[in-house]
Amino acid sequence: MEKNIKLLQGNEACVEGALAAGMNFFAGYPITPSTEIAELSAQKLPRIGGRFIQMEDEIAGMAATLGGALTGKKAMTATSGPGFSLKQENLGYGCIAEIPCVVVNVQRGGPSTGLPTSPAQGDIMQAKWGTHGDHPVIALYPNSVQEIYEVTIDAFNNAEKYRTPVILLLDEVIAHMREKVDFDSVKGKEVFDRKKPTCPKDEYLAYENTEDLVPPMADFGSGYRYHVTGLVHDQFGFPSNNSEIADTQIRRLLNKIEKNKKDIIKYEEYKMDDAEVAFVAFGSTSRSAKESVDKLRSEGIKAGLYRPITIWPFADEKVKEISENVKNIIVAEMNLGQYVNEVKRVSSDKCKVDFYGKINGHLITPTELTNFVKEAIR
Amino acid sequence: MKVSNVVKDNFREDKLPHIWCPGCGHGILMHAIARAVSNKGLDRDKVVVVSGIGCSSRAPGYMNFNTLHTTHGRALAFATGIKMSQPDLHVIVITGDGDAAAIGGNHLIHACRRNIDLTTIVFNNNIYGMTGGQYSPTTPTNDYGTTAPYGNIDKTFDLCDLAKAAGATYVARSTAYHARIIEKLIENGLDNKGFSFIEGISVCPTYYGRKNKKGNAVDMMKSLKEDTIDIRIAKKKPELAEGKMLIGEFHNSEEEEYTARYDKIIDLFEKE
Ligand SMILES: Cc1ncc(C[n+]2csc(CCOP(=O)(O)OP(=O)(O)O)c2C)c(N)n1
Ligand code: SF4
Repeated sequence: MEKNIKLLQGNEACVEGALAAGMNFFAGYPITPSTEIAELSAQKLPRIGGRFIQMEDEIAGMAATLGGALTGKKAMTATSGPGFSLKQENLGYGCIAEIPCVVVNVQRGGPSTGLPTSPAQGDIMQAKWGTHGDHPVIALYPNSVQEIYEVTIDAFNNAEKYRTPVILLLDEVIAHMREKVDFDSVKGKEVFDRKKPTCPKDEYLAYENTEDLVPPMADFGSGYRYHVTGLVHDQFGFPSNNSEIADTQIRRLLNKIEKNKKDIIKYEEYKMDDAEVAFVAFGSTSRSAKESVDKLRSEGIKAGLYRPITIWPFADEKVKEISENVKNIIVAEMNLGQYVNEVKRVSSDKCKVDFYGKINGHLITPTELTNFVKEAIR
Repeated sequence: MKVSNVVKDNFREDKLPHIWCPGCGHGILMHAIARAVSNKGLDRDKVVVVSGIGCSSRAPGYMNFNTLHTTHGRALAFATGIKMSQPDLHVIVITGDGDAAAIGGNHLIHACRRNIDLTTIVFNNNIYGMTGGQYSPTTPTNDYGTTAPYGNIDKTFDLCDLAKAAGATYVARSTAYHARIIEKLIENGLDNKGFSFIEGISVCPTYYGRKNKKGNAVDMMKSLKEDTIDIRIAKKKPELAEGKMLIGEFHNSEEEEYTARYDKIIDLFEKE
């Protein structure tokens, strides 16, 4: 049988993954290094009866994406740092109004216009805390073109399953490099569609406190007429100042993620079984870390790599367990210290946690990491 | 149509009474929208009412359709996503002068330019009501607001001129006093396959009225009657129009609608 393989750029793989997950609406605004995602969506969507729109800015791109999702579409938008900042208010709207969609952020150097064509990992905390107030977050971060294809499907699945916006983090390197993608790798992978109401129309509670914490969502136009607001609301979706309702509803938003961490959290472990030094790294940095692991092992140092694919929610228990089994953890990120603080928060006192960061627009190389480890474990 | 049926058919009666102050003009405009929808016999399951943030933008919560109360200024951007993704829906946008013309001004320009089939009704009370009386882009120059304690130095914005220049295919203005006329204008807007912009002059006795010594709610309503003139009369007798605000239908043209244009692209590939 002929193999279903193509050479693709990371951003292209993202669109292919989105289409495989059922994307049929895209609204966005161009920005380097994410632009190819919009371009390819514009090219492909009308061919499958889907729709694409270039909005006047990223605020509108996020708003229109949510609007599309409300009519039952699988909607996506893509951007980079400056645009990700602009999307934040409406991203929070998506969280409280529980509107599934995927927001891709191809990270580049910041702050502000920063380094438009260089990679960075400076938006790790923004992905969690960029929009105001306590809110649920799912953020995923693949590290190869093949994995971008697969994880984009996971992003849509999580959005649909948990009725929430999902952030897909990429960085300039993995978004722009070309690697082969085997489309058959996802054969048999489930594509999840949001749960819809089946109750009589006048009994529908769009924000019901259901046992599984994820109330069914009706499409606008389907006959279930309901109200959607960014104000704290009751189970009907109507604004409420009642403190008990506010407490219950906001906690449900967070709990629907917290209680399903097992399903949401994905990671890769490389040579961790007997590791004494563990890297924690993601995205393009994790590729360097992997190479460094091999180099260190060839020199007799028992190194390993823990690579979160799910950046948020944070895998507290897993990282804690690692810290109990290794002597050193090295967190490497293209920023000046973000994820490392999460790692430190849960790590055992017996484990030394060190940080290697870089923000000059260049990748962290395997050699840098190897040298850093040797220094750190001395 | 009997008024009682308008309420029963189009409103979530259990959500009433509304939050608006006594004498506020917003309720009259909201009711006119409901009557227009009823008159047109639109299927309520297919009607979506979208708003931003402000006193005016609270209207959708009371209305028994698919309703979406979004973020400040962004109603048209959300509505564009709804209409673009599902063109068979009738999408109505309710917004305030601040919501539509200040924070949402860019979205307004581009929705007009695209000529996407949205019927937008701006409840223009010349002030930021919800936040307590700050000046808005439509506050007349020299008038007062809580952030213009010495008089507003900004030039006031003619939103109908803006909408027309930006490409809206239906543009009209009337007031909360002219309840029946604005109902008809909204109907025309619903009929128009394209972007319809209807400015409904409202009154905010609580903030704009008090700050500017405009009298009570009744006085303010009276001036909506006395200080306005229909554009058709003004054209015939310009001397009557002096110092008055023009109301009526300003623009009505036919141009291909945005989602219909996109449908043609989809059709290209369906035939493939
Ligand atoms: C991003 C953002 N900025 C500011 C506000 C505060 N705010 C709420 S309503 C409003 C003005 C509303 O004025 P207008 O649109 O004219 O409506 P009105 O209340 O007069 O009907 C402002 C500034 C907000 N909610 N969100
Ligand atoms: S503050 Fe003004 S606009 Fe708001 S409800 Fe009261 S009268 Fe109406």
